[in-house]
Amino acid sequence: MTQLVSLLTNAIVFGTVILYGALGEIVTEKSGNLNLGVPGIMYLGGIAGLAAAFFYEMHAAAPIGWVGLVISFLAAVAASMLGGLVYAFLTITLRANQNVTGLTLTIFGAGLANLFGGSLNALAGGVGQISVAVTSRAYRAYSHTLSGLGWVGQLLFSFGFMAYLAIALALLANWFLNRSRVGLNLRAVGEDPATADAAGVNVTRYKYLATCVGAGVSGLGGLYYAMDYIKGTWSTDGTIEALGWLAVALVIFATWRPARAIWSAYLFGVLYWAYNYISGLSRASIELFKMLPYIVTILVLVAVSLRRSKEAQPPKSLGLSYFREER
Amino acid sequence: MAEEFAVRMVNITKTFGHVTANDKVYLELRKGEILSLLGENGSGKTTLMNMLSGIYFPDSGQIYIDGREVTIASPHDAYRLGIGMVHQHFKLVDVLTAAENIALGLPGGAVVDRKAIAARVRQICDRYGFDVDPDKKIYDMSVSEKQTLEIVKTLYRGAEILILDEPTAVLTPQETEKLFAVMRNMRADGKSIIIITHKLNEVLEISDRVTVLRKGEYIGDMDTAKADVRALTDMMVGRTVTLNIQRDAPADPQRRLEIRNLTVKDKDGVTRLDDINLDVYAGEILGVAGVSGCGQKELLEAIAGLQPAVSGSSIKYRPTGPEGPAEEMLGLGPRAVSDRGIRLAFVPEDRLGMGLVASMNIAGNMMLKEYRSGKSPLVERRRPYDMARDIVRELEVVTPSIETPVRRLSGGNVQKVLVGREIAMHPTVLMSAYAVRGLDINTSYTIYRLLNEQKKAGVAVIYVGEDLDVLLQLCDRIAVLCGGRLNDIVDGRTATKEQVGYLMTNLNKEAGV
Amino acid sequence: MNNHEPLIHIARRDGLVWWRAWCVRLVSLILALLVSALFIYSITKLNPAKVYAAMWEGAFGSARRAWITARDASILLCIGVGLAPAFMMRFWNVGAEGQMLMGGCATAAVLIYCGGALSTFQLLLLSAVVSVAAGAVWGVIPAFFKARWNTNETLFTLMMNYIAIQITCFLVALWENPKGSNSVGVINQQTQAGWLPALFGKQYLLNVVIVLALTVAMYLYLKYTKHGYEISVVGESENTARYAGISVKRVIVRTMALSGAVCGLSGFIAVAGASHTISTSTAGGRGFTAIIVAWMAKFNTFVMIVIALLLVFLEKGAVQIASQFHLNDYASDVVTGIILFFLLGSEFFIQYTVRFRSHSQKNEEVEA
Repeated sequence: MTQLVSLLTNAIVFGTVILYGALGEIVTEKSGNLNLGVPGIMYLGGIAGLAAAFFYEMHAAAPIGWVGLVISFLAAVAASMLGGLVYAFLTITLRANQNVTGLTLTIFGAGLANLFGGSLNALAGGVGQISVAVTSRAYRAYSHTLSGLGWVGQLLFSFGFMAYLAIALALLANWFLNRSRVGLNLRAVGEDPATADAAGVNVTRYKYLATCVGAGVSGLGGLYYAMDYIKGTWSTDGTIEALGWLAVALVIFATWRPARAIWSAYLFGVLYWAYNYISGLSRASIELFKMLPYIVTILVLVAVSLRRSKEAQPPKSLGLSYFREER
Repeated sequence: MAEEFAVRMVNITKTFGHVTANDKVYLELRKGEILSLLGENGSGKTTLMNMLSGIYFPDSGQIYIDGREVTIASPHDAYRLGIGMVHQHFKLVDVLTAAENIALGLPGGAVVDRKAIAARVRQICDRYGFDVDPDKKIYDMSVSEKQTLEIVKTLYRGAEILILDEPTAVLTPQETEKLFAVMRNMRADGKSIIIITHKLNEVLEISDRVTVLRKGEYIGDMDTAKADVRALTDMMVGRTVTLNIQRDAPADPQRRLEIRNLTVKDKDGVTRLDDINLDVYAGEILGVAGVSGCGQKELLEAIAGLQPAVSGSSIKYRPTGPEGPAEEMLGLGPRAVSDRGIRLAFVPEDRLGMGLVASMNIAGNMMLKEYRSGKSPLVERRRPYDMARDIVRELEVVTPSIETPVRRLSGGNVQKVLVGREIAMHPTVLMSAYAVRGLDINTSYTIYRLLNEQKKAGVAVIYVGEDLDVLLQLCDRIAVLCGGRLNDIVDGRTATKEQVGYLMTNLNKEAGV
Repeated sequence: MNNHEPLIHIARRDGLVWWRAWCVRLVSLILALLVSALFIYSITKLNPAKVYAAMWEGAFGSARRAWITARDASILLCIGVGLAPAFMMRFWNVGAEGQMLMGGCATAAVLIYCGGALSTFQLLLLSAVVSVAAGAVWGVIPAFFKARWNTNETLFTLMMNYIAIQITCFLVALWENPKGSNSVGVINQQTQAGWLPALFGKQYLLNVVIVLALTVAMYLYLKYTKHGYEISVVGESENTARYAGISVKRVIVRTMALSGAVCGLSGFIAVAGASHTISTSTAGGRGFTAIIVAWMAKFNTFVMIVIALLLVFLEKGAVQIASQFHLNDYASDVVTGIILFFLLGSEFFIQYTVRFRSHSQKNEEVEA
């Protein structure tokens, strides 16, 4: 039982990182933009949050946790939205190829984040690893009374606030896309921009907003990783990039539905950590285990194209730029 | 005094480049009437209506709505003036429901209030006799359901003036009846309706008045009560224009293609060609007439091996006349057809999207059908360049060089390259679809000359056209398609324009029997 | 009379003379270097001119450095060359990383398991063949599904990368040497069995020669062969391809087999000719960078040489700055990113013209 609870707890933490990434990407892709810059955006969010907290803790005489939290949260969102804006400007206004622009954004974001992540301390004149203990503690705070209620408590209440925020955002995105007027227009833009245009929807504005807001949400994944998952430090081992691609995979696995992405993200987490709880695995077979999320994603992708059902398909104009005069 | 006219369009002119689509056209729509806008393909009906619905902006002329002069610069402006148009190509998002498509782009609260939309849709439906399920997805809808939804959408947005662009082209007779019933209900409710059509029987059945356009010009209007088929046909096709196209008597025509029981269904299972039986002779030009979308495309593509047909269909190729050997072509595909030595030339309607590779130069396009010949893994370089040079010289193609991508050539030169290539393969069958569409007079005559030369050389030529004058003066026989069926085959030398016009728009009851 | 017309009107160009197109690219490159200089200055307060001099030093400062630059550029080029046919067909192969790794793993397997049994020549031949096959398989799987069921190839090839990465991790754990090092170590370090030999005493000359030969061959293949012709027709319009009797499905599968094969071969060169070991950093993101190389070069493999050299130069230069000025070498990715953003954006000014509408100008209507 404790094993299972610990597996699920780990899976939820892991899943939360990619859930943010995937939620942002779903909103972006619903506007017809395939942004392969998700890993880069998550890097930007992570490093911006970390750097903001770092400078706050360095300059404040007695750093207060929640102040650092607010500052770093805003910094993370702003930096990731800027990343999204670069992508949006290049692909929407300048009609650059989406795949290539996205990949460049990933290279750029990863480079920038690791440059600062690795040298922030040195630049600031310190030694050793960067650490923002106070802020990180605020991110990881939870109620010990509630989490003490046996395994149920641990499973439901032992996480920092961002784990719950992710669920709330997913439900909000679900409502937004399926129920709200703006969400309806957004879906039409991703499916058939010419028709949306004819109906009076401002296609360019929708694409810009969806891409930037989506990037802001994706970036929170990087922030959660830096503040909670690795407890307010930085490592240049490329984990965020791997998680970023898993987030892209998760979008496919969840067939572009935010609500489905919640449990899918945790399932990815279970698949990822399962090796820890199966005794007798060699280190080599652990690596094979880790490819499971990608394999199931491919299976879903193939199944979706095989079934030819009209639902659960990628948005029809995904990856194409819209130019009114080229109808 | 209440204004009598819902719409008045006065002196409307619209040009696209060198083509005048509308030349000083008048149109008057009275309140609470159904007006038919009648004309052949390319007569400028849709262009005129697009100016009323804000898609195009007129070069000159005035538009009055309810007696007030207005400027309509966008679909949005049109909606504000209570004008709604149902286009031939529906503007609906496939994965959304009917209600969602209606709500698309409309202002309103943060949440799409499905109940309110559904209630209003039901109200509209009850009032006029529509049948729309607000929760049904578009991809589950039949063509007629989609069309109904488009009409409801315009009504939902408060349209008082409705424009329907060839609404019956995609409907079965029963569905057409239903549509007409609804139109009458709308008229009774005070709506003013314009229906674009070229089907004379429908004009007479549904409309109060009719306005006729021909080649972009306003011909006249009359009350349908005073009109009959003969009079309308005369107005629509006009007097015969002599074109001085050379036409020799076919020398020794031999049966080359035997098309039997050809039936083609599209992806959605709609029958596009219905049991066609047709012979094509070497040494003659067979014209194919019909209003657009009546199966011409499917007929040519079936012969070219690009269109699968229903089993039981057959197209036999006889290289040496009716007594010689016959080869079944259907189901082979274009590659197998050419591998068997059947030299089939095809000038498709979509020149740059199908007949040519738009980004390649002239020489590169010369290779398209013959690049495979020979055992070498390399493409032959010299021959296509020689061919390209020959064609540029002989057909006077205007191009900076033979290295210029064909998409940068003008329409007429693109067509010269395409026709030149197809003729250079020394075909035994030459098919062309709308070969002179959009071309100037000189280039058109070049094309007629080339087709005549092929006929003289013993090629079986099929000419799908839209201009009846050309069809009647170029072709030896004319097959008239109507709604996917072969209505009749007439002699190009004796048939009259009225006769063909009538056959195009009125399905002969015995057709196909 | 018409207030709804936008002030700025964008239209597609008919085509720009090649030298003007290259001028646009050059201007954007210079702008990018200026922005990068600003960036470097803002975090290091160093004279950017000195920094660029140091970068030059890092990439070409000594014969050995120049050779390493050439070695790395040739591998990047090799992947780009592999991607060219796929991109020309408008097939978004973003799976080069995985195809390369599979090729690298295949080579490593041959070197490890047959290292003692075969001569170096046999080893090289065998590992080249096996790596080509492995890369081709990795390319054909998504191509098959694309051809048969129109499965989205961008997402499919992307996922295939990570399966390949995990397979590589698995093999690294399996072949770990020495135990606990979490790496394979240099394979056949003593015997150098199966290593690409030095040519004229230059260790990496053979790598460069092989890749340049491939570059020329691919150029000729795409431009002069029937296959190349079919690829460009399919890429332009599937409708035209069907009209011409080309089997679109077969061309897709065949071309992706080739694309994967060349990417697989780049894995062979990286393992047998450069690192002599295998890990995920054998590819190390180069499969993604090469996508940009191939795209920017517009399928022209000779232009890829220039772009690959430029990118590797930036990388080596940035590593130099990093060590000289106590930064880390991720600075190179930042500079690369900035330059690519500018180059990508510059394509717009080559493809489109921007006209500002004056109010007196008569409105042009565009036929829809």
